[in-house]
Amino acid sequence: MDKKLAVQIDDLTVAYNYKPVLWDIDLEIPEGVLMAIVGPNGAGKSTLIKAVLGILKPIAGSVSIYGKPYDKQRSLVAYVPQKGSVDWDFPTTALDVILMGTYGSLGWIKRPGLKEKKTALEALEKVGMLPFKDRQISQLSGGQQQRIFLARALVQDASIYFMDEPFQGVDATTEIAIINILKELRKAGKTVIVVHHDLQTVPEYFDWVTFLNVKKIATGPVKDIFNDDNLTKTYGINYKVSIQE
Amino acid sequence: MDIQEYFSLVFSDYTLRTISLGTAILGAVTGMLGSFAVLRKQSLLGDAISHAALPGIAIAFLITGSKDSNTLLIGALVSGLIGTFWIRGIITKTHLKSDTALGLILSLFFGFGMLLLTFIQKQPNANQAGLDKYLFGQAATLVESDVWLMTIVTGICLFVLLLFWKEFKILLFDKDYAKTLGFNTKTIDVLITSFIVLAIVLGLQTVGVVLMSAMLLAPAAAARQWTNSLSKMVFLAAMFGAFSGVFGTALSASQNNLSTGPVIVIVASIFVIFSFIFSPYRGLLFRQIRFIANRRDLELQKTLAFMYRIAETHENISHPHAIKILNNFQGFTRKTLQKLVDKNYVTIDGTMWSMTEKGFETASNLYNQQVVKYE
Amino acid sequence: MNSAQIEIQLIASLVAIACAIPGTFLVLRKMAMISDAISHSILPGIVVGFFITQDLNSPLLILLAALTGVITVVLVERIQKTGLVKEDTAIGLVFPALFSIGVIMIAKNANDVHLDVDAVLLGELAFAPFDRLFIAGTDVGPKSLWIIGSILLVTIGLLFAFFKELKISTFDAGLAASLGFSPALIHYGLMSVASITTVGAFDAVGAILVVALMIAPAASAYLLTTDLKKMLVLSIIFGVISAISGYWMAHWLDASIAGSITTMLGLLFFNIYLFAPSKGLIAVMYREKQQRTEVSLLTFLLHLKNHSEENERHVNHLQEHINWQKVRAKTVLDLALKNNMIDINKKIVSLTIKGDEFTSQAIDYIITNEDTQIEDMKDDFFLFRG
Repeated sequence: MDKKLAVQIDDLTVAYNYKPVLWDIDLEIPEGVLMAIVGPNGAGKSTLIKAVLGILKPIAGSVSIYGKPYDKQRSLVAYVPQKGSVDWDFPTTALDVILMGTYGSLGWIKRPGLKEKKTALEALEKVGMLPFKDRQISQLSGGQQQRIFLARALVQDASIYFMDEPFQGVDATTEIAIINILKELRKAGKTVIVVHHDLQTVPEYFDWVTFLNVKKIATGPVKDIFNDDNLTKTYGINYKVSIQE
Repeated sequence: MDIQEYFSLVFSDYTLRTISLGTAILGAVTGMLGSFAVLRKQSLLGDAISHAALPGIAIAFLITGSKDSNTLLIGALVSGLIGTFWIRGIITKTHLKSDTALGLILSLFFGFGMLLLTFIQKQPNANQAGLDKYLFGQAATLVESDVWLMTIVTGICLFVLLLFWKEFKILLFDKDYAKTLGFNTKTIDVLITSFIVLAIVLGLQTVGVVLMSAMLLAPAAAARQWTNSLSKMVFLAAMFGAFSGVFGTALSASQNNLSTGPVIVIVASIFVIFSFIFSPYRGLLFRQIRFIANRRDLELQKTLAFMYRIAETHENISHPHAIKILNNFQGFTRKTLQKLVDKNYVTIDGTMWSMTEKGFETASNLYNQQVVKYE
Repeated sequence: MNSAQIEIQLIASLVAIACAIPGTFLVLRKMAMISDAISHSILPGIVVGFFITQDLNSPLLILLAALTGVITVVLVERIQKTGLVKEDTAIGLVFPALFSIGVIMIAKNANDVHLDVDAVLLGELAFAPFDRLFIAGTDVGPKSLWIIGSILLVTIGLLFAFFKELKISTFDAGLAASLGFSPALIHYGLMSVASITTVGAFDAVGAILVVALMIAPAASAYLLTTDLKKMLVLSIIFGVISAISGYWMAHWLDASIAGSITTMLGLLFFNIYLFAPSKGLIAVMYREKQQRTEVSLLTFLLHLKNHSEENERHVNHLQEHINWQKVRAKTVLDLALKNNMIDINKKIVSLTIKGDEFTSQAIDYIITNEDTQIEDMKDDFFLFRG
């Protein structure tokens, strides 16, 4: 168990309009896990990711990525935001969106060139969206849009991937395609952290899980801690989920 | 003077050339920046800013006593910026919503501006005449130095736009993501907003306070219909804006008594209507045609599927059936039947129809597809 | 005060009341900018009406122009439905186009139409008393007074008749529909009233002041109360106060009456925006500062509850670990001490019984999303607020 820590969160408290949404979270995420964050609506799952990535400013606590603050480790982190957060009618194509994944490493002013384009096309291929590269993004299905987002994160070639509900509104084929890619990433030694809604699929998809409801309820390997006890603590009265098979 | 005369004079007459050049440049820069305003869902901010600029013009005049347009524009700029930030202040610090904040700033600043203008008009200073051109704009009052100013500002805009293209784009599309990549979204935000305010202020003399917002929106809204690429959209918007400017000026110069502002706005609005209807991908006309075509196909398929189910019951698929039984089926018309005959799916013999081999095959494929889809 | 002055103030006050009523609902329904659009786009309706009737005060003209207002709303909604542009862009495209058509129509017929665009935008209240209504040869008062008076009566009648429906459809359109009140009917009814009021008032006070009179009093009232009836009463009072004080300011400065009334509205709104007791800028800033400290306090207490290890409870830990600056850490510690929430023993902090109880309740409320109870609880527990 002397694995390196990918993400370490200390005493993190975040408030929206001065109402705490996350309270005193201590969380350590070891390198190379495929982790689900589960919890009821309003439990602060997205907030946790956003606070780690510096999109929200916490009122207390600190976050470190491989032992250093996020500002210094941006290049190690990729992010797949929730689908609702962007303007899908924006005049841009699938390939264009994926190229945005290279913007971070390019920094200010510099433009993506041939090399970046090649990486983007490879990522498109990987998510099976190459034929759609010139499609306007609103003309893609929900599943296809999510694949584009995933491809954009892949382009960032990071060590840690944060994903906010990547299976929301996608078809079954896309869900399988996405989870396969995530498993591949884990195999390559990457750390993947996913906000997840569907409790039924947790044991099948993930090897690590964090229960969250304003406070951290539990965190650890799925086989050890994904049980009715923790589910009830997270979701309230007698929450049961059949986890046979 | 009619339009033809105008175009022949444009190249020879100094004043006309200046004015045309001015409105063209103005149209281009507002179209360009308007694209960003539209995509940021800040369409009505332009309206509020332009109205909010009015008291600035009056105060600049009261302080300096000069009618020099550059001085007045600085006043307009300051007061426009104050309006913009106050709108933000109202939205973030109170529970009033953005539409209320916009409407408040727009009407209150404008009313205060009018108070000052009427106050100035009553002053015993002969110099005040002509300030009201800022209400609807008078392109005829443009002089060479104004055009130079517009050119310089447009040049700076273009330069900044090209320099920070990538940053603008990602901020507009996906702000949170831009933040995680390490871009300072606040800086980019302030940069875009300031340029939008600058473009609006620049246009007040030509188009006027009341209609300036249309200059910002209309070319961009029209351009959006023709392309799915941001760069092409910005370019097209600049073109549409420039053309509206020149053509509007020409029209208003050829008539007595017409302020430039309204005419330019009408020309730009015609662009919008044309684009809404005729753009090939998004346009209403093509959408309607596609819709009708789809519906026809669907009706045809439905009828064919219905016939297939009847034909299926017989061993010989070409067994004739009465046309009458089809009447019970919704969506069946003589026309659809004729179409099916044309496509060689069905043959008709008097009051009886029978399915052909080809029709049966097509229908069975259709049927299977549907079954697959519903599973 | 001569009779003309009294009449002007009376007209201005009636306009203010007639605007405040639909304005309140527009602000609550987040449709304030629609009033701006209507006020501009009625211009072509006025011009056409004027061609037909040759009389700016004719009821037919008012109906025609109001129809243009409703058409604007329909047009905006139609464009929004196509999805070709974003919602607010639709508003921004429609009204300048219609307004421009109006301006051009006036300019092209300058010799026949004695309509001044400036007058449409600004109105000329000062002249209102000179255009008088004669019934059977007797002077019964200025025409504008009768027009705006009738519009106001109708508006008030509708308000009383449909108050319940308006209220429900404004706060919960879904519920209204399920109760059988058609939200569309109420929506278009409100739009019609707003249009008619705008047309009826523009002659006296101009289009822009109509917008100001609709939005500013309602927005000011909304900063003071959330009760619909109180909000209506307050907007009416604010409207009338600004109308009368604006008139006297114009009189004193010898400037546009409409501009002065708007300026008074602006001053009124500005003061309420700054000083409104709980929703004004100063109150909000003060509360935010207080809440910031109190949230920090909650955070700190919870941290103590979560951790029994001594190193996590050391005074200096606040700075080092929770990542707070020195001043903030000290403020929070002081506040906790003052409220008897914590004990400090040899630089090790621990919760008192009271602090423990408070923290348990607080987290219960937060997890069950009952925000308001946290505020009540703070009142119960705190001797000193942040």
